[in-house]
Amino acid sequence: MTDQTDTAPLAALLDGPPRVVAAGVELFETTLRDQGVDVVPVDWRPPVDGLAAELARVAADPRTEEANRVALERVIAAEPHWVGIRTAREAVGIETGQFLHAGPPITWERASGPLRGALIGAMLYEGMAETPEEAQRIGERGELELAPCHHHRAVGPMAGVVSPSMPMFVVENGAFGNVAHCSLNEGLGKVLRYGAYAPEVVERLQWMAQVLGPALGAAVGRLGSLDLRAVISQALQMGDELHNRNRAASALIVREIVPPLLEAGIDPGDLADVVRFVNGNEHFFLNLGMPAAKSAMDPARDLPGSTMVVAMARNGTDFGVQVSGTGDQWFTGPAEVPDGLFLGNYTAEDANPDIGDSTIMETAGVGGFAMAAAPAIVRFVGGQASDALDATRSMYSIALGEHPHYQVPILEFRGTPVGIDVTRIVRTGTLPFVNTGIAGKEAGTGQVGAGLVSPPISAFADAVRALAAAAEAPVG
Amino acid sequence: MVDHLDIRRGVYADSVSLMQVSRRVADVDGVDGALVAMATELNLELLAGMGFEATDAGPNDLVVAVRAADDDVLQAALAELEAALAASRGGGAAASFGDAPPPRTVRDAAALGGDLALVSVPGEHAYVEALDALRAGLHVMLFSDNVPLDAEIDLKRQAEQRGLLVMGPDAGTAIVSGVGLGFANVVPPGPVGVVAASGTGAQQLTCLLDDAGVGVSHVLGVGGRDLKEEVGGRSTLQALQALDADPATEVVVILSKPPAASVADRVRAAAAECKTPVVMGLLGPGQDDLSAITAEVLGRLGREVPAWRTWGEPVRAGGGDRLVGLFAGGTLCAEALLIAEAALGPVTANVGERADADAAADPTASGHVLVDLGEDEYTRGRPHPMIDQQLRLERIAAEAARDDTAVLLLDVVLGHGAHPDPAGELAPAIADARRTAAAAGRELAVVVSLCGTVGDPQGRDRQAAALAEAGAQVFVSNAAAARAAVACLG
Repeated sequence: MTDQTDTAPLAALLDGPPRVVAAGVELFETTLRDQGVDVVPVDWRPPVDGLAAELARVAADPRTEEANRVALERVIAAEPHWVGIRTAREAVGIETGQFLHAGPPITWERASGPLRGALIGAMLYEGMAETPEEAQRIGERGELELAPCHHHRAVGPMAGVVSPSMPMFVVENGAFGNVAHCSLNEGLGKVLRYGAYAPEVVERLQWMAQVLGPALGAAVGRLGSLDLRAVISQALQMGDELHNRNRAASALIVREIVPPLLEAGIDPGDLADVVRFVNGNEHFFLNLGMPAAKSAMDPARDLPGSTMVVAMARNGTDFGVQVSGTGDQWFTGPAEVPDGLFLGNYTAEDANPDIGDSTIMETAGVGGFAMAAAPAIVRFVGGQASDALDATRSMYSIALGEHPHYQVPILEFRGTPVGIDVTRIVRTGTLPFVNTGIAGKEAGTGQVGAGLVSPPISAFADAVRALAAAAEAPVG
Repeated sequence: MVDHLDIRRGVYADSVSLMQVSRRVADVDGVDGALVAMATELNLELLAGMGFEATDAGPNDLVVAVRAADDDVLQAALAELEAALAASRGGGAAASFGDAPPPRTVRDAAALGGDLALVSVPGEHAYVEALDALRAGLHVMLFSDNVPLDAEIDLKRQAEQRGLLVMGPDAGTAIVSGVGLGFANVVPPGPVGVVAASGTGAQQLTCLLDDAGVGVSHVLGVGGRDLKEEVGGRSTLQALQALDADPATEVVVILSKPPAASVADRVRAAAAECKTPVVMGLLGPGQDDLSAITAEVLGRLGREVPAWRTWGEPVRAGGGDRLVGLFAGGTLCAEALLIAEAALGPVTANVGERADADAAADPTASGHVLVDLGEDEYTRGRPHPMIDQQLRLERIAAEAARDDTAVLLLDVVLGHGAHPDPAGELAPAIADARRTAAAAGRELAVVVSLCGTVGDPQGRDRQAAALAEAGAQVFVSNAAAARAAVACLG
């Protein structure tokens, strides 16, 4: 029984005709309108998979509201800075024979073509094998150790393969002191992250380790650090959504690093190569944006009761989700083949299912969630500029809040939807809007296109089931 | 003069927005100069020109410089700055570039503005939507039935903590400041405030008050289980307190089945503390019927109790010995059952203490029967009988064909949400039924309890006239209708 002294007086209920939110029977909405009442109708639909009881248990968990508030606050308070370049060996502590990859955990047997291709390329690059065939056999014998980037404070685009000698960006979240890492972007076309391992792929990786990495390290060393939140904020106002379009952000980085590069005493030939490489790569920033997003999401992990998605990632076979309130557990479903535009003669037939950790961008409130900032790229899926607006606006219904720093000019500078609430995905059936590149399914092919992909709803439904199982009952 | 300089690292806004912000800050009375800008080289020069120095700011930082006459002016200027920065983002998004997608949850709808959420989704989903409303600071009217008891308790506990009211679950009727929610009759504003654990009970009470020329301030539904031990009368107590504090309310009526003993004590104690007189309208065996409760309320207001309106001529049944009642309103059916049983002995029914849904549904069963067609077994996958009368029309035809049916007792509930013209369907069905009986040499008596007001969209008097024309005797008082039906048996 309650103590009557707890009862607050009813807030303004009887002060005048109420404005009514109506969910359910349409007739009641009509009768209210007939009375001249202000009505906001809810376009309500039953939840996915009939998860009514599970959703009720999660909603009733007395920890959820506060946990989600804290999770969101942490994400939007993040201050990601690029602070340096380190080899993977130093940055994420892997040794020869150990490899990181994108997405949830996977074995060689279940790995898709592009992931195997990237692992083959990485073995060649590390000198573990002389030929692709030999590398393939090492893989088949299970003589390499695989772990998700996400388990090592890292993220990797597409195949996301990281081997010990690769240089990595080091990004520090100034607000919390945590760090995240990512390999350097190799450009487009035949590149390791899309599963290519031809000699020029490996040669480029070597140049990146010997020339590009040290040069960038020297540049950022002279800068001290580079504020990535500021770059992302500006790029959103310049037509990037920071996943499939990074043109403005990459240009902003060139603008920042050229002066310190010039001062760093680098061999003029190398210097020209570095500047030309960075300047010619319009996705150069993605590999900084991803660890920036990762570093923003990690402090929101492990909050009991929180329903916020802290990672979405694909390994080319499975799509995986991690949620703050369920710790390190992955909820997986089959990765879908993206829908989009294909390069040259490639078609959907050549496409591998969805791959990469780059969905960390959507997780952190940009990428597909900021589509309205980048109408130029809706044509990847044959869409119109208005589709870009609708994409972002529909994501507010599954987001916990809006990002105060990441704004979309055409939505009157409204903050991007941020902090995906897994329960709202299941309640509304609205899936996260994910932009992505498309890898060829045969090992060694490389990129074949770019477009949109739908995550499997089952992964989110399973996350809700796990949250429900872990939910605390309300104290009555 | 007071100088203020602060550097906000990593905050970005475009230069045009910031020029507008600077202008707004500079326009504050007593501000001598203001610059709000990204710390580019050019802007740092401008800043230096104003006599400020921000050596460690870079192009990714927002610099705020204000020179004000005194501290008060500075505070005003900084407040204006925050308002201007906030205004530079968000805001009119919903109005621009076509419609935003419609809200998919109560939470999203509530963000667009609202005081109260009317939730009528299927019961198993209602808790989550209602909780959204409470978390957004909205009161809730929960029309949904089949809401688990623990969900009701939790919602009401959370509402209480937030100073919000949960009406329901299974709350069919509410009137808040003249706005009818769910099924509600059109009644003028007046002095009576109602707290109702019964939807059609509240409709009957307000319609009878209306017939007596008395309006209502508010009708707050609380759901049929509110006064059970487990729920503890939470919504009833809150609603009572609110109506007591409401200047328009001169008398409060609490309509409910007799509450659990512990709850009854608390409600009575709370009522005793009210400045406003409180009438306890308890529904059940040995208690006053709704018409008597209405009379008591009128008495408290010093008003005459009128002779409740009736239409049509009394008919004495000829042939047959069964009373058959087919109801849309649960409380109306329960009230008729009490009156019928007192006069006739045991009656089969799907409401009350000895509810037997199977027997009540059996069109071949013998003996008197009263059926609430609004019970769950009739509304799964089909609209409520107040909206769709098909089941009742079929049952009327079937009962009329039986040679032992003597009296048909029906209710008709008007108001917002109800069928737009129930008499349009019922009157021909009644005429047909009476013809069927007459063809078999019987006189079928038909009695209708008409719960409605002259203001209702269906027009009470027009409905009454059509029903009387078809040969029914029509009563605005449900208790009077039930007594008349019993009397028809002779």
